[in-house]
Amino acid sequence: MTRADIETAIAEELHRIAPEIEMNDIDRSEDLRDECDIDSMDFLNLVTALGQRFGAAMPEADYPQMRSFEALTDYLVEKTA
Amino acid sequence: MADNLIVKDAALARVANLSDYDATRATFSWDSARAQIDGLSGGRLNIAHEAIDRHVATGHGDQIALRWIAKSGDRTDLTYADLQKQTNRFANVLISSGIGRGDKVYALLGRVPELYVAALGTLKAGAVFCPLFSAFGPEPIQSRMEIGGANAVITSGRLYKRKLKALREHLPELREVFLTDGQHDSTHDLAELMAQASDSFETVAMNPEDPALLHFTSGTTGKPKGVSHVHEAVLAHHVTGRFALDLKPGDVFWCTADPGWVTGTSYGVVAPLTNRTTMIVDEAEFDVTRWYDTLAREAVNVWYTAPTAIRMLMKAGSDAARVHEYPALRFMASVGEPLNAKAVIWGRDTFGMPFHDNWWQTETGGIMIANFASMDVKPGAMGKPLPGIEAGIVDVTGDSLREVTEPMTIGELALRPGWPSMMRGYLHEEERYQKCFRDGWYLSGDLAMCDADGYYWFVGRSKDLIKSSGHLIGPFEVESALMEHEAVAEVGVIGVPDDTAGEIVKAYIALKPGFEPDEDLRLELLGHARKRLGPAVAPREIAFRQNLPKTRSGKIMRRLLKARELGLPEGDISTLESDEA
Repeated sequence: MTRADIETAIAEELHRIAPEIEMNDIDRSEDLRDECDIDSMDFLNLVTALGQRFGAAMPEADYPQMRSFEALTDYLVEKTA
Repeated sequence: MADNLIVKDAALARVANLSDYDATRATFSWDSARAQIDGLSGGRLNIAHEAIDRHVATGHGDQIALRWIAKSGDRTDLTYADLQKQTNRFANVLISSGIGRGDKVYALLGRVPELYVAALGTLKAGAVFCPLFSAFGPEPIQSRMEIGGANAVITSGRLYKRKLKALREHLPELREVFLTDGQHDSTHDLAELMAQASDSFETVAMNPEDPALLHFTSGTTGKPKGVSHVHEAVLAHHVTGRFALDLKPGDVFWCTADPGWVTGTSYGVVAPLTNRTTMIVDEAEFDVTRWYDTLAREAVNVWYTAPTAIRMLMKAGSDAARVHEYPALRFMASVGEPLNAKAVIWGRDTFGMPFHDNWWQTETGGIMIANFASMDVKPGAMGKPLPGIEAGIVDVTGDSLREVTEPMTIGELALRPGWPSMMRGYLHEEERYQKCFRDGWYLSGDLAMCDADGYYWFVGRSKDLIKSSGHLIGPFEVESALMEHEAVAEVGVIGVPDDTAGEIVKAYIALKPGFEPDEDLRLELLGHARKRLGPAVAPREIAFRQNLPKTRSGKIMRRLLKARELGLPEGDISTLESDEA
């Protein structure tokens, strides 16, 4: 699994939840919920979908490590390594 | 229902603000309660005076009024004296911009200190404050600003650019836009104006019946309703904060609601300050670890939250809570939708005290029915009416109303009007307002029953309104936004049960000829709705149908969509003309 694969997967799952977001318009180092205008429920659904997709446990306690698109990518790179 | 009664410790009950419910209820009157607030000379008053100025005048200026936790985790404290100076500055900024008595000042902000300063500074200046939830999309924002006739708005550069800028040409009454950061054409830099303004201001003395707060709530049909509250409401905010939330001077109090909703204003701004507590304000959204850390680190005494959050905490497990101890925690309460008995009991097992559910509405302005600190809790019940509040179950048929006195009989929950925080009207909709009253009762629109011990139990809403994550959503507003899409022929929106959010918004859509019901179109419609409505209001599920069930007059039968979604009996379908396919 390359970093690019993970980025694509996140973009795909985000698109299912918030299809109005243009991935090129978001600042990937900023707060993901602000950048994509998603709320707590959306975020929960995103993490659940990614967890299933990668067969990875993504517990609530780790959410602070997933604040931005980049941070979430880093987190999944490590999880799937 | 009550075999799992949670009995309160007598010693703890004695030290509660409302230690003897029956005795207080028998003697309480709103007139005599008025001694609990200052007022201003000549029978006038101002919410902001009760919230801030009177505490500074009595020597409490150094107490922390607001502890703000930024997303980064950094903390900023504002004392009562700081808050007085900042709100004075803000009031001066408004007055020198030509905004004053009776003008409508809106806020479209996340939970940042400027929001709290704007709310109270606006009230000091005699203007009406209207908070908007920052997760609203442009359409809910536009309709709420049009209905209320917004004259000024405080927002951030980011929210302005994304949601407000394009609307300005449609809002002729909007004269001034103040930005907390960033620079755009035809806006003011709030920080710069605040720095130039004087930090002294004489709070405008208002008549008790002058409008102070404007909140919006959703209706089943038509536009959202602008609910108007007056300065006199502060008496109810204060008293209900004492009785229902057990707020005591010096307490650390955390209300997790956003001021964009009525809970976050009545109990996230006004009541905690009039009761001289220290308010915790967290800028960040819900996060299990962060919330438990905050409860423990800030030594929160009283915590007021919502069923959706409690269910998410339950999902994360009691062990996540047990990372800390919470010796300071004294009282936990919940509002927004009925709290399941299971969640009440989980509270007791995890924190050593139950969550105390309470009930009220945007229209009532304050808590009406509650489980009090001194009272034995029947998990799943919403509690008993507060002192000063008379509730009843009524049966309304046609033009007649009958009070239902038999225990555990379902009827509409009704209240005798007359408490200070009752709404004074729906803006520009007198007829809709008058419809809420019948034979001396205010009709809540909620179905409930009352047991032999006087505890009220929620049954359901009598209309098609949807409650998602504690937020009331009107199906019409969602349907209207979807109808704007070229592919949509007809649409019906309902709430479907969800373990976490209570309900989620689901839209049933029939397409115009020539459009294919495929995944691409589904995502396009979802994006279309989210762009206009924002994530708090937009549907999370969309299902395609060839046709929707309609009455002879062409009205989509949401009730039938819902019965079928839930596999319930379809009830009376005699008005059904054209069925679903």
